[in-house]
Amino acid sequence: MSAVIDTDHKGHGHAGDDHHHGPAKGLMRWVLTTNHKDIGTMYLWFSFAMFLLGGSMAMVIRAELFQPGLQIVQPEFFNQMTTMHGLIMVFGAVMPAFVGLANWMIPLMIGAPDMALPRMNNFSFWLLPAAFGLLVSTLFTAGGGPNFGWTFYAPLSTTYAPESVTFFIFAIHLMGISSIMGAINVVATILNLRAPGMTLMKMPLFVWTWLITAFLLIAVMPVLAGCVTMMLMDIHFGTSFFSAAGGGDPVLFQHVFWFFGHPEVYIMILPAFGAVSSIIPAFARKPLFGYTSMVYATASIAFLSFIVWAHHMFTVGIPLTGELFFMYATLLIAVPTGVKVFNWASTMWRGSMTFETPMLFAVAFVILFTIGGFSGLMLAIAPADFQYHDTYFVVAHFHYVLVPGAIFGIFASAYFWLPKWTGHMYDETLGKLHFWMSFIGMNMAFFPMHFVGLAGMPRRIPDYNMMFANFNMVSSIGAFMFGATQLLFLFIVIKCIRGGKPAAAKPWDGADGLEWTVPSPAPYHTFQTPPEVK
Amino acid sequence: MSEALGIRRLVLRLSLVVVAMFAFGFALVPIYDVMCQAFGINGKTAGAYSGAQVVDEQRQVRVQFLATNAAGMSWEFRAKADDLLVHPGGSNEMLFVAFNPTDRPMTAQAIPSVAPSKAAAFFHKTECFCFTQQVLQPGERIEMPVRFIVDRDLPADVHHLTLAYTLFDVTARKPPVAQVSQ
Repeated sequence: MSAVIDTDHKGHGHAGDDHHHGPAKGLMRWVLTTNHKDIGTMYLWFSFAMFLLGGSMAMVIRAELFQPGLQIVQPEFFNQMTTMHGLIMVFGAVMPAFVGLANWMIPLMIGAPDMALPRMNNFSFWLLPAAFGLLVSTLFTAGGGPNFGWTFYAPLSTTYAPESVTFFIFAIHLMGISSIMGAINVVATILNLRAPGMTLMKMPLFVWTWLITAFLLIAVMPVLAGCVTMMLMDIHFGTSFFSAAGGGDPVLFQHVFWFFGHPEVYIMILPAFGAVSSIIPAFARKPLFGYTSMVYATASIAFLSFIVWAHHMFTVGIPLTGELFFMYATLLIAVPTGVKVFNWASTMWRGSMTFETPMLFAVAFVILFTIGGFSGLMLAIAPADFQYHDTYFVVAHFHYVLVPGAIFGIFASAYFWLPKWTGHMYDETLGKLHFWMSFIGMNMAFFPMHFVGLAGMPRRIPDYNMMFANFNMVSSIGAFMFGATQLLFLFIVIKCIRGGKPAAAKPWDGADGLEWTVPSPAPYHTFQTPPEVK
Repeated sequence: MSEALGIRRLVLRLSLVVVAMFAFGFALVPIYDVMCQAFGINGKTAGAYSGAQVVDEQRQVRVQFLATNAAGMSWEFRAKADDLLVHPGGSNEMLFVAFNPTDRPMTAQAIPSVAPSKAAAFFHKTECFCFTQQVLQPGERIEMPVRFIVDRDLPADVHHLTLAYTLFDVTARKPPVAQVSQ
């Protein structure tokens, strides 16, 4: 590690020499690279591959739910699809995408030459293909893959789990180690490698939200590791953490899991908050409204995320005082989130707005994420939650915060920074087409789920009552549309890499930040000499 | 070089946080048990009770008994009566019947739960078959007592208590042969 840092220091001494090291040639460039841009690119491609894989599983789910009755897959396989779709999207698509964006953009935004721990960075990435290889391989084992839902509640995931659960546990361990190392790297980079003059309160919000996200990751990924370790011990070593027969308690599993799980949902959304806070000012041509309140709101959301976990468990029989505490604590999150939405709206207010693709995704993010937030408030009301619990209303809620929240945030970021990454402008017409198809498809897929959920359709079941047939068909058509549209995104990105109108160093006239001071495409090594920040 | 040392110290500290949070995950297990005991939640009653109480003849509480087999358990398991009217402070007994219809010796563990959960702390068992495991030979039938006292301090709005047992097959964990040979 110190050797790597020494090399960096030499770089400061005679920066001219560094122009000799470009990327190595061939495949080994990607295996051995410690360059933050290479690693960021690999994270983004990996995440996109997982997005397509998890997405195809969603297509299987929606195809089966196209009509009532069992048509295409058996219930056992359907359960594996819902489980793997959730696991792959959460741990394989959304989280690595944000780590990829962090790798690419944080050093560029704070004027650092690279991440603080480049070799660990390489290892963090290469653990992921191993983890997901292990996880996906379980689908081909005799007993089938994990079928207990992405929340893997015990005893479904212990006493009644398929044999492959052990592979699942090791895969979770590997992803956890990868995330923890990535988070430590982000914290070390932000705290130690900022350019002179880049004080904490001058950092772009993407950097701020990632700093807070990294602390969340460091705090909760080890708890998840502990949780799956307890499962492993229950399954193989005769302990009874979650087995009532031996004096344990299955409800304990839910407490441990959601102690991780609730901060985890903020891990998936906070970086998107940060990215959108860069994009909206750029296209409204106004500085972000309420920068300081944005920072404090993010920190408040992160703090609150640790004391609300039992709102996922209102129906397990926690005492009334517990329900009241977790209900009010949860409702409290609406306050800092409301501050954020207010600030984004105020940033747009009287701005000279234009609606290029990144802005379209960012505006849709603000509107649709807010809808997801409102259904979250409905779910937070403990007495009402008994009706909504485990229905499609919950599915609608978290897809509204994750698809137009996290994923639209990632799309907005990708379009916003693609010119910086590739040196070419993407095809604006196709980009807008991608946006509108995604927007319509996504709303068609998830909006009717609110209605069937309120009417009582349970989640994770391959069949349903006839009365839900029409809404489910609409949902499925929307989902197919959303899914197919993502292939268009792949095409747009490849087209942009291969050519297109050359991008200026700062292709967006309203954009602000150090990343726009380097040429497009960003050279392999940037900020070898730290920039001076006023 | 001060920067490098700064990074090293930072990484060390963050790694300590990671280790501490991993340990915290396991610490949640005793914390959870302590919280359940302290607040009398989750329907968990305390262990064997040895105190004495004065009978409150003025008040009557209905105690209902439930006996359930966990998934995969093949024993016949039931209470001799559905319910019992008791006076708080008085000692009571109920018999449960277990029968092993299989052709192999088996070990079972009963796990109790009291509802409503706010009454759990006021339900004292002086003797219970759930304090130990039961070993039954093929075709063997036993009657198992539970003796209990409903506390005089039971909240006034509780008129009806449920004592539910779930019977788990723990043969694999506690092989019955060893117990038979003692």
